[in-house]
Amino acid sequence: MSQTQTAPATAAQPEMQAELQSGSEVLLRALKEQGVEVIFGYPGGAVLPIYDAIFQQNAIRHILVRHEQAAVHAAEGYARSTGRVGCVLVTSGPGATNAVTGLVDALMDSIPLVCLTGQVATHLIGNDAFQEADTTGITRPATKHNYLVKRSEDLARVVHEAFYVARSGRPGPVVIDLPKDILINKAPYASAPVAPHRSYRPQTAPDMGQIGKAVAALKSAKRPIIYTGGGVINSGQGASDALIKFVRKTGFPITSTLMGLGAYPSNDTQFLGMLGMHGTYEANLAMHGCDVMLNIGARFDDRVTGRLNAFSPGSRKIHIDIDRSSINKNVAVEIPVVGDAGLSIEALLEAWDNEPRQVDTAALSTWWSQIEAWRGIDCLKYTQIQTKGGIIKPQYAVQRLYDITRESGRETFISTEVGQHQMWAAQYFRFDQPKRWMTSGGLGTMGYGLPAAMGVQVAHPAALCIDIAGEASILMNIQEMSTLAQYRLPVKVFILNNQYMGMVRQWQELLHGSRYSESYTEALPDFVKLAESFHGVGLRATSVDQLDDVIREMIASDRPVIADICVDQKENCFPMIPSGAAHNDMILGAEHAARAPGVTDAGMALV
Amino acid sequence: MPIDPSLRSATISVLVENEPGILARVVGLFAGRGYNIDSLTVAPVEDGRNRSRINIVTSGTDMIIQQIKAQLDRLVPVHRVADLSTEGPHIAREMALIKVIGSGEQRIEALRLAEAFRARVVDATTGSFIFEMTGATEKLDAFLDLMRPLGLAEVSRTGVAAIARGVRII
Ligand SMILES: Cc1ncc(C[n+]2csc(CCOP(=O)(O)OP(=O)(O)O)c2C)c(N)n1
Ligand SMILES: [Mg+2]
Repeated sequence: MSQTQTAPATAAQPEMQAELQSGSEVLLRALKEQGVEVIFGYPGGAVLPIYDAIFQQNAIRHILVRHEQAAVHAAEGYARSTGRVGCVLVTSGPGATNAVTGLVDALMDSIPLVCLTGQVATHLIGNDAFQEADTTGITRPATKHNYLVKRSEDLARVVHEAFYVARSGRPGPVVIDLPKDILINKAPYASAPVAPHRSYRPQTAPDMGQIGKAVAALKSAKRPIIYTGGGVINSGQGASDALIKFVRKTGFPITSTLMGLGAYPSNDTQFLGMLGMHGTYEANLAMHGCDVMLNIGARFDDRVTGRLNAFSPGSRKIHIDIDRSSINKNVAVEIPVVGDAGLSIEALLEAWDNEPRQVDTAALSTWWSQIEAWRGIDCLKYTQIQTKGGIIKPQYAVQRLYDITRESGRETFISTEVGQHQMWAAQYFRFDQPKRWMTSGGLGTMGYGLPAAMGVQVAHPAALCIDIAGEASILMNIQEMSTLAQYRLPVKVFILNNQYMGMVRQWQELLHGSRYSESYTEALPDFVKLAESFHGVGLRATSVDQLDDVIREMIASDRPVIADICVDQKENCFPMIPSGAAHNDMILGAEHAARAPGVTDAGMALV
Repeated sequence: MPIDPSLRSATISVLVENEPGILARVVGLFAGRGYNIDSLTVAPVEDGRNRSRINIVTSGTDMIIQQIKAQLDRLVPVHRVADLSTEGPHIAREMALIKVIGSGEQRIEALRLAEAFRARVVDATTGSFIFEMTGATEKLDAFLDLMRPLGLAEVSRTGVAAIARGVRII
């Protein structure tokens, strides 16, 4: 065994000396080599050797969260706002099980993470030892991949491989389960390999033949649309830059999924707004009526497609995705392209110029006038009473938050919880750049926003990091206010407080005869006092005349703030495509002439 | 079960890194996504590279079978996935040990049929036979149907092993 080996006492052999390091030291060294600067974690018996090693070094900073789920969401926020791999450290048993929600969240939204979990010593595994859980078993469907390190000589290799897997191809969370004896025993160090991985080598460069077909189809279009998703964000700034060039060059309309917001500037005239269940009228009708659709880095999620057999029935579809299994999963496409979003858009740009065929500009301008007519409906219209004492509309609160943060000129990152407020944030806050928007899209995890904002703030200490929250969701990870205080992270929590689980209430109103079963919160805390008790600032606005002042005070503060914005309790989020309905069966808000709601019995069975 | 004409059977061979948990990953993928497993075999392939071969017989629409292939292919320890049923001709075989208990005429009839099907007798007592039989799944099924009225008592089947014909390798 490696412990019994002794290194030759020559100064010229640092590698051999490294063999004398403990597993924990080897682990930290590998993390450092992988560029890890911050770990979000929580200690416990099984990981004490790692905490001891952390104590004795300065290269890697540790942020002590108050719940392991929050550690994972914080790492997600860190990862998504920087493009780097987020790192998490939790103990065995309950530490690992608490992390599971965050892991599934990262899996669904393709966020690169490495989560280190403690485990009981190898000889105890399988004996129901104290704080033992079958972590690799539990997290197998919750991760992109996971490892149990059983031999010290595998430790460094596994760490490097985990980072490679987390960030390559379609990114995702990776768990490394670390038995305590592996952390204590001496382990050899190995640097990150230069050779390609044995089996996992995702294709990133697109097939140029397929790109050529895509361009030919796009140039022949009379009613084209470009639909982009989180894949463009994950691909990096270059992908967004190339996307802007491509969209401008084509003159085509573009829409985005919830996860893709910011890849293309929201204020640009070619942008139709978000599509899907709470997407804009123009985006959804353009998707429904298009004749050629180009999907880049989105996955035809049910929140986007609505009823599948009525989804964009007349269009030829092109789908670019780095994950082959995302193609032809829900929607059959004519032209599949497997590849990285950025590389593929660049290939499209090149092929566009080489394709002699010209775009049918007459047809395109007819298409645009149709789109303008849909736009003219102004589907996001709402009425805010401006008289003193007027009740605040949640849409207006987000609108003012956007205006005032923009005026401030500060670099602003927005996270959200899950519910109506999340959709209003997506609709009314406008993003001009990628990586500024963190939301739990695939899993829809209430409690995501506060820890995610915390992770963003750690990565961007000078930026304005705001969690647009609901009063129900925020209570799911409210303990992180304590972390904010400890590390002086001036995160702002902007609660659209409607006293309801508003999104639940909205569905009950539309689908369950307004029987508001368990969706009203009877005994909410006083959020102002709550903020103060966590060493933060508490603010409240109860009427429209107070709103701007509260927002200004909030963003001027250099401390964590909870702004309790008491909004209209009855407001619903529109437009809405009910589950099981088609894109052209949208319900518009009260501002608009009543339209037949598209609710069906079969749709009621869908979530 | 109504027979859906759009469903087809597929024999998928997967070359994987021989590491702990790999079978759980593959089986979990099928269970988690609601795909069928009609038969599953797994064993190391002795090529000195620490690999195993998993053969799965599944069924679904063509879109689902494509999806199964893509899902398997993105598992980190998977080297190669092949749908043998569509990538040219292939051979698929399974083996069964079949215990038939009976006496008199039934016993003689069982032995006669076994000979016709080229099943080998690997164990015999005055009241029982164990037949060993190798062949395509349908051949085994047909033989078992015949044995049922003749005292079929127990069956142990291996599941399908499959390989492409000719020089092609996966
Ligand atoms: C962990 C979790 N549990 C339950 C749900 C289901 N759910 C979705 S939205 C919602 C209500 C959220 O209420 P609130 O945070 O007040 O937001 P609002 O809709 O009122 O803006 C619930 C319960 C969920 N998404 N996540
Ligand atoms: Mg609410």
